[in-house]
Amino acid sequence: MWHSRLVIVVRTTLYLLPVRKLIIAIVVLLAAHIALMIAGRGRGDATLDHSGTTIGIVFDVGGRGDKSFNDGAYAGADSARRMLGVTVRYIEPGDGSDRESGLRLLAAEKMNLVMGVGFIFTDDLTSLAREYPNINFAGIDLSLAYDSTGKLIPLPPNLAALKFREEEGSFLVGSLAALVGHSRKVGFIGGMDIPLIHKFEAGYTAGVKYVCPDCTVISQYAGVTPDAFKNPSRGKELALSQYQSGVNIIFHASGATGQGVFEAARQMHKLAIGVDADQYQEAPGYILTSMVKGVNAATFDVIRRVKDGSFHGGVYSFGLKEGGVGYVYNEHNKALIPDSVHARIEAIKALIIAGKITVPTTR
Amino acid sequence: MNSFEIITQILRIAAPYLFAAAGGVIAERSGIISLTLEGYMLGGAFAAVVGTFYTGSPTIGVLCGIGGGMVLALIHAISCIRYRADQVIVGIAINLFAIGITRFFLKLLFGSSSNSPRVAGFASGYANPLLWLGLLATPVVAFLLFRTTFGLRVRATGEKPEAAASVGVSVHRVQYTAVVLSGALAALGGVYLALDQHQFTDQMTAGRGFIAVAAVIFGRWSPLRAGAACLLFAAAETAQIHLQGNHVVASQFIEMIPYVLTIVALAGVVGRAIAPSALGRAET
Repeated sequence: MWHSRLVIVVRTTLYLLPVRKLIIAIVVLLAAHIALMIAGRGRGDATLDHSGTTIGIVFDVGGRGDKSFNDGAYAGADSARRMLGVTVRYIEPGDGSDRESGLRLLAAEKMNLVMGVGFIFTDDLTSLAREYPNINFAGIDLSLAYDSTGKLIPLPPNLAALKFREEEGSFLVGSLAALVGHSRKVGFIGGMDIPLIHKFEAGYTAGVKYVCPDCTVISQYAGVTPDAFKNPSRGKELALSQYQSGVNIIFHASGATGQGVFEAARQMHKLAIGVDADQYQEAPGYILTSMVKGVNAATFDVIRRVKDGSFHGGVYSFGLKEGGVGYVYNEHNKALIPDSVHARIEAIKALIIAGKITVPTTR
Repeated sequence: MNSFEIITQILRIAAPYLFAAAGGVIAERSGIISLTLEGYMLGGAFAAVVGTFYTGSPTIGVLCGIGGGMVLALIHAISCIRYRADQVIVGIAINLFAIGITRFFLKLLFGSSSNSPRVAGFASGYANPLLWLGLLATPVVAFLLFRTTFGLRVRATGEKPEAAASVGVSVHRVQYTAVVLSGALAALGGVYLALDQHQFTDQMTAGRGFIAVAAVIFGRWSPLRAGAACLLFAAAETAQIHLQGNHVVASQFIEMIPYVLTIVALAGVVGRAIAPSALGRAET
């Protein structure tokens, strides 16, 4: 009985040409997949040494080469590999759900630390930290949740949130923009209109007002979806209209959208301020400075803690004091910043570190 | 900013929409659903930057960009016409494919997952020949569709392929031509974005292809009305840029305008939106 049924099934399959093609295609794809997996594994095993401390990092979309977050985390992990002798494994996810599976894979391999790069990992890291209580997790820019009374909802004890006080660095570049801008108007362009970016705006505006109380800050955002971080054409239009209305310096906190801000600066012969990393190379001569985030230092720090056993869950905050944020002042932009202005900015920096200036985090 | 600068800005923003919507009208009029405009734009933008990077000439870059869009369109056309795949699904696949392949080659050629190096390009505003080409795209497509034999065949194919075939029109050839042409036009929209920006940025089209699809539907598949819709959407975007600081109205609302108008158009509030009757139907 069963074999006659099987014959029917096989025959029908063979007669349905597209199905046969589909099966062939699936077999070919599977073979390729397995072959690649074996090839990849061979290479991975050569570098993976399970005896020492093992670190697993899942990058945000884009992976290495984004000239920002991912590259910063890579630099920090790479120096930890060289200086502390830890073993690091990287995963570059595609879109969306790959993030969670990447973290899960590393957790299942019992890495000593599993890291996610970017606020987008918040939910996945929180739930995985509960699921794998014996593994340490860390998230860069992890968003914190607050209950209705405004109290912080505690993180799992094995999850570290690496947060940056971007508002402090933004405060400094705001003061700088007001002092060298020769205009009563200074500009700000944010990416997606969300609290994380409002922190930049709030610090920047406060910095401008601190040195120039009657200056106005024109603040605009590229959009309300994550696309707003990768829309350079929108960034250029926003920047052009700001420059045309009398703004001389624009600070952007908008990811790749900022490329459009730099393009507008070139076109109008005005200045822009970069973000996250030193962005001087993106438009040499048109970048006043950059508000840098020490993603590399924070990554190195958390790996060091895992290595020497001082890791604990909770919020790690990196600001001016810890060298976690700052502004660029080097041979490239020295000519744009007079010595007196530089001294003033350094004085403000000292005041913030000493707690004499309170920098707001919300608009 | 004075009113002249504002009009310039509207036209700058509208140019990529005008290209893509013109392409969308041709393809949809031939009966092939054009959800792929976003992918064509992205492919065109990337190919243009690669061409300009290696030759130093933005003109060759434009040609490469057109080529890139046409290749993607050809894949779309073959899947939909020869293999009669579901046009919506293939459309989504082409868009995802365009994102993936541009990102792959961005990393391979330029070692970055974010943006390409700076390339030559065109000056911004009225000095940019592509801006003028964009403004011309709408009337040219209108002429093509309503004043030429090819246009008549495209419209017949989209409305009733059986009838077109019965008078000896090669339905497939008309559809292939229409889709590849739409790929070339939409790609020019991406080329405009890339060469105005002097670089390629990962996913730089940021949904503009879908706005163009909305313009095609809001324009009820007529090239001139679709062009007008593009200008309207660009004006809304400009308004959004200028109203943002004022806190008169939440920017989210103005950003919704194109989509709300499209829903309104589809719901039949402003006249009836009647699609070409054979749209999405791959037969014969």
